[in-house]
Amino acid sequence: MASGLHKSDVANPVLNWIDARLPVITMMQKEYGTFPTPRNFNYFWNFGALAMVNLLIMIATGIFLSMHYTAHTSMAFDSVERIMRDVNYGWLLRYAHANGASMFFIVVYTHIWRGLYYGSYKAPRELLWMLGVVIFLLMMATAFMGYVLPWGQMSFWGATVITNLFSALPLIGPDIVTFLWGGFSVDNPTLNRFFSLHYLMPFVIFGVVFLHVAALHITGSNNPLGIDPKGPQDTLPFHPYYTAKDSVGLVAYFAVFAILVFFFPNALGHPDNYIPANPLVTPPHIVPEWYFLPFYAILRAVPDKLGGVIMMFASIAILFVLPWLDTSPVRSMRFRPLARPFLFTWLVSFFVLLYCGGKPPEEPYVTISRVAAAYYFLYFLVILPLLGRLERPLPLPESIARPVLRGGGPVMAGAMSKPMEKA
Amino acid sequence: MRVFHSLRAFSLAAGLVAGAGLATVATPARAAEGAMHYPEVRFSFDGLFGHFDRASAQRGFQVYKEVCSNCHSMHLLSYRNLSELGLSDAEVRAIAATVQVQDGPNDEGQMFERPARPSDRFRSPFANEKAARAANNGALPPDLSVITKAREGGAEYIHALLMGYEDPPAGVTLMPGMNYNKYFAGHQIAMAQPLSSEGQVEYTDGTKPTVEQMVEDVSQFLTWAAEPELEQRKSLGVKMVLFLTVLGGLAYAVKRKVWADVH
Ligand code: HEC
Ligand code: HEM
Repeated sequence: MASGLHKSDVANPVLNWIDARLPVITMMQKEYGTFPTPRNFNYFWNFGALAMVNLLIMIATGIFLSMHYTAHTSMAFDSVERIMRDVNYGWLLRYAHANGASMFFIVVYTHIWRGLYYGSYKAPRELLWMLGVVIFLLMMATAFMGYVLPWGQMSFWGATVITNLFSALPLIGPDIVTFLWGGFSVDNPTLNRFFSLHYLMPFVIFGVVFLHVAALHITGSNNPLGIDPKGPQDTLPFHPYYTAKDSVGLVAYFAVFAILVFFFPNALGHPDNYIPANPLVTPPHIVPEWYFLPFYAILRAVPDKLGGVIMMFASIAILFVLPWLDTSPVRSMRFRPLARPFLFTWLVSFFVLLYCGGKPPEEPYVTISRVAAAYYFLYFLVILPLLGRLERPLPLPESIARPVLRGGGPVMAGAMSKPMEKA
Repeated sequence: MRVFHSLRAFSLAAGLVAGAGLATVATPARAAEGAMHYPEVRFSFDGLFGHFDRASAQRGFQVYKEVCSNCHSMHLLSYRNLSELGLSDAEVRAIAATVQVQDGPNDEGQMFERPARPSDRFRSPFANEKAARAANNGALPPDLSVITKAREGGAEYIHALLMGYEDPPAGVTLMPGMNYNKYFAGHQIAMAQPLSSEGQVEYTDGTKPTVEQMVEDVSQFLTWAAEPELEQRKSLGVKMVLFLTVLGGLAYAVKRKVWADVH
């Protein structure tokens, strides 16, 4: 064998020739074939793979939509309707893309929740987690600009309200807004740059996802017990075990997606966005897409405009420092009897904010938003740092394999005795 | 551990349901302002197996053509689209030919009028927004191409709106040129009741043109106009869900088999 070549195990001579020079097959085999994965994942561990698939769906449908879309204020609305009517399966492309964004947020919110509950953000996965938060921010920017493209009433007024937030910044605020708009109001230059950026950002996300997964393959995955695998008895090769398990989740995901696209394609959208944008008519209530509502509620909960903007960004930025705010060495909430109810309360506050964000800014919603927003921050800034010191965690299992292996024994006897199988 | 399992299963399910549930959370969040309830109407296109009632939609087109099109444009539709409602090519051509549209410029540089062809868009009643407002006391009759998608409640709202005209309750003074409507936001609408008397449109298929019938037909037509893909979408959806159910069963069986040796 010539020197400098990778020693490949691939049997097929052609593939072996390639793999020896560019060991992608070896790499895939190592990272997705034999990759040692904790044996006790539950279905929450499907959501990373689902997010990946969802990103690919968004890129694929987006590229085809762009072939028919016209980024001009006088034509954008009609060009989208033309896609729905005159392009073969154009309605499917467009509804899949629009509802795909909602699915993406459902998936990623669940993915983040998994991280919060099982402590996946803790050492050694801090950077992996922070890359995830970067992905989340990029997703929000992408979705926001995408929603502007059909140039309906909510596109226009949503863009106006959100870009205007930057005017709250002292001194440079108004200049930044003019710069974002490319003029003195949301208009054709705004639409054009948003289209350009909306096309670009998913590829940036793709790059960060690559880093995210690369970092994951250094630390390995966390698991529902939050303890490290101690040896081969604690892990399984990724394939076929988790490829099989991810396939089940993937089909379930497609089923939910299909029900939305085929039967309720506009349920998560706002009817006003089927009215062409009109700078002279302000809709009675300007509401962003549902996945922004929790943060929109935080924005409006603060009486001061600049303060609201700061709190809104802080509510996401705080996730970056979460690994250091949570001082407990125990990862999984299963073993944190005090932190667990506080985390569930945090989840409730998140949904309460989501609900209030869609309501008009009046009582009682303002007060409710304030309480929920206060708790949202309290959990991260006070409760978690304190609990790390005050809480007595439950005893951790010796290893992942022990409780699993004991599954058939007297402790967990009965018909349900294959715990990891059930989920 | 049992408790954890059910809790985990519960929160996972809750996550998935939350997705679907959002539809219900988010929708009333918007409807709340008006907090309107429309009288329930069953349309043929409701439900998983919904389809258009073509006879009704054809009559609805007639209502649109003879009444609504005096004020409302539907600029996203072409005459050729009517063949989807079961009209023959000859019928579509004949309908288009009754309308004069502007074309040009010709070789002399002049714009000219000619009978419409199936490929032409529905002709708009007014040249521009200013003209539309001038003819309607300053109010703008919206384009009706996607009106059922552009209003909370869809076809049910259109139905309620067209049936919802009545005398203003005691104590309510209407602004000049306005009409009282139970279901319009703010109750004062610039459009006079467009369908008010039986026989306003003469149906050729023997259906009795009561006001309610005409309203139902035009609602059917407007829904088709806004979502011409509805039938294809729903029938593909049913197949898709069946397919995914089978595939899900298979995927789960494979997963059980693969995991059988892991305890
Ligand atoms: C004489 C002109 C005229 C005719 C004919 C007419 N409309 Fe209207 N329509 C209007 C005007 C003007 C408005 C705007 C009302 C307003 O904003 O107060 C309107 C508004 C509407 C709206 C929107 C209501 C809303 O929620 O904003 C619908 C739907 C509608 N018309 C349907 C119809 C239908 C269906 C017909 C035929 C059966 C019809 N119209 C016939 C003038 C007309
Ligand atoms: C485009 C969006 C995203 C994609 C495509 C994606 C993809 C993935 C994939 C494929 C995995 C491995 C499988 C798994 O453990 O589920 C993973 C793990 C992980 N992700 Fe993401 N992710 C995304 C967003 C996020 C976000 C927004 C966060 C957090 C804010 C995050 C945090 C994590 C963490 C902490 C892990 C390691 C989890 C563990 O092993 O316990 N991810 N991600």
